[in-house]
Amino acid sequence: MTIVLEAYIREKREKKDILLMTHIVLGYPSMEASMEIVAQMVAAGVDLMELQIPFSEPMADGPVILKANQKALEAGVRVADCFKFAKEATKRFEIPFLFMTYTNILFKYGMEAFAGDMARAGIKGAIVPDLPPEEGDAYLNAMAEQGCHPVYIFSPTTTDERMELLSGKGSGLMYCMARKGVTGKETTFSHDLDTYLDRCKKATDLPLAVGFGVKDKEDVAYLKGKADIAVIGSQTIRIVNEQGIDAVGPFIRNLQ
Amino acid sequence: MDKRGYYGEFGGAFIPEILSATFDDLVAHFNGIKNDPLFWDSYVDLMSTYSCRATPLTYAENLTNHFGGAKIYIKREDLNHTGAHKANNVMGQGLLVKKMGKTRVIAETGAGQHGVATATMAAKFGFDCTIYMGEVDVKRQRPNVFWMEQMGATVIPVTDGTRILKDAINEAFRDWVTNMETTHYVLGTACGPHPFPEMVSYFQSIIGKEARKQILEREGKLPARVYACVGGGSNAMGIFSGFLPDAGVTCVGVEAAGRGLATGEHASRLCTDDASVGVAQGYKTFFLQDDDGQMKETHSIAAGLDYVGVSPILSQLHVEKKARFESATDEEVIAALKLTMQKEGIIPALESAHAFAGAFKEVGNLPPDQCIIINQSGRGDKDIFTVADAFDDPQWKAFIKEKAGDYRA
Repeated sequence: MTIVLEAYIREKREKKDILLMTHIVLGYPSMEASMEIVAQMVAAGVDLMELQIPFSEPMADGPVILKANQKALEAGVRVADCFKFAKEATKRFEIPFLFMTYTNILFKYGMEAFAGDMARAGIKGAIVPDLPPEEGDAYLNAMAEQGCHPVYIFSPTTTDERMELLSGKGSGLMYCMARKGVTGKETTFSHDLDTYLDRCKKATDLPLAVGFGVKDKEDVAYLKGKADIAVIGSQTIRIVNEQGIDAVGPFIRNLQ
Repeated sequence: MDKRGYYGEFGGAFIPEILSATFDDLVAHFNGIKNDPLFWDSYVDLMSTYSCRATPLTYAENLTNHFGGAKIYIKREDLNHTGAHKANNVMGQGLLVKKMGKTRVIAETGAGQHGVATATMAAKFGFDCTIYMGEVDVKRQRPNVFWMEQMGATVIPVTDGTRILKDAINEAFRDWVTNMETTHYVLGTACGPHPFPEMVSYFQSIIGKEARKQILEREGKLPARVYACVGGGSNAMGIFSGFLPDAGVTCVGVEAAGRGLATGEHASRLCTDDASVGVAQGYKTFFLQDDDGQMKETHSIAAGLDYVGVSPILSQLHVEKKARFESATDEEVIAALKLTMQKEGIIPALESAHAFAGAFKEVGNLPPDQCIIINQSGRGDKDIFTVADAFDDPQWKAFIKEKAGDYRA
């Protein structure tokens, strides 16, 4: 079961130099709009998607995603709505979906119930940035039980030993933060990043997804040969904010 | 407590990967000073020359006579430099920052006392300093913003979320994950990821150590009860720590009941059933949150108590019934403040006035041969705008109008 996501990524990679993973905040600007954005992204060739369940204290997110979280919550989005959305999205679209959210959402739902409902909704795995493996026993057990992937994060400050630890605990893919800081800020794609990505590659056999500050065709092209997946997060939300939902499809097509 | 900083089921370190190495470094340095027999003396020396330690324990004779119960003593943390117990934690962390070789400090602040204390420490030790403060609190505590800026700190009003203390904490973390090589986050209360609850309590324990010695000197016996207000819980942890092992002493934490517990507009996490266990801002404790785990809006007349979470150490003391938690409404707090000013000529901060209000409800029922200690965590002159509004003081209003007229001219 744990090979599912990895196998999908390997297979896709045989046909494409780099895959695209995008990130949306569920319920921003509305649940209907979120579904429409997913449809456009899938039609434009996105290979995987992160669906963020909004949380009132999104500590690791920068201003763009933070505001999207707040707006979604103000509009009354509940965790149950996100599961309903997930069920529909996985039914309608072929690509794998991951949940991204914060520990408290899983904790209040109950780790086992959350992983169970996730599996039943057809979600392949989860990224929970404030749940390090040291605190993750219940989470890891529940995810394993349901055959869902716990996706861990490498950062430029992660030591080689810790990378191995994280790689051993995680499955599906490794999410590599391209830089320090929060989501949605500028990233310099440079030699330092190459050195870091080499370290990541040495530490894990899992496919590498690189995110944080990846925003245009140039950035995606830079990552070819260095990573398996480019993650576009805040930028698509910015596009929606500035140009509306219909601009999402063309934006994604232009990245590849 | 184990190495991850658990107190029963509470505490832990729910931190993003990017801060993992920073926390390892912080834990190592904190363990270093804890195990250094000379550190505590150097800390006490600093606090007795730069701040006003040992702070006095004042016998409140008039209040005692007024209530006719146990003798009331007040631990005067308001007499610290910058006017609150916050200085204890900040100067301790400042010494730690020097050891870590960092050059910049950041902090969140609610009432502004922690921000002012941090700005002071940064000026003294030569650190760059940025303070995050909810926009709502910037408006309530303008005098503190003024002083922070005068001491060279940059004050950034936080306009996201509920625009109060918890949002300032989130924003400080966002700064930290970008700048951790040069920057230490001086968390102001006994909350957040390990080692902060333990570390802040360690520096604040100077209050309890002094108070225990002082009351034994004065009364030859321990107090029946010790009262402290509880926002994040650092002043409570500070004074309680001196008395927790004593079975005869009841530690009473007083939370903010705001407009009344029944209205839902409060910040009481332990004395009500409104809060439940959750994980946010890097640690596990009781939070005021909904069924989905979204944090609720809180209210208190005191900016420093207006917080959704509470120290994991206090949560554990609550569960184990080793401390008792009560609450006081905005109205009761204003009445307690007024009485204390008129009877003793002492001006407690609105935060601290919660401890007074909690004590005043009970002290008359205790026999006169017993005594109690109220921790006056800070001084109230910073609250002049809020208090003047609460008192609806006509002369104050006239003065502000005249002053505004002068600025317009």
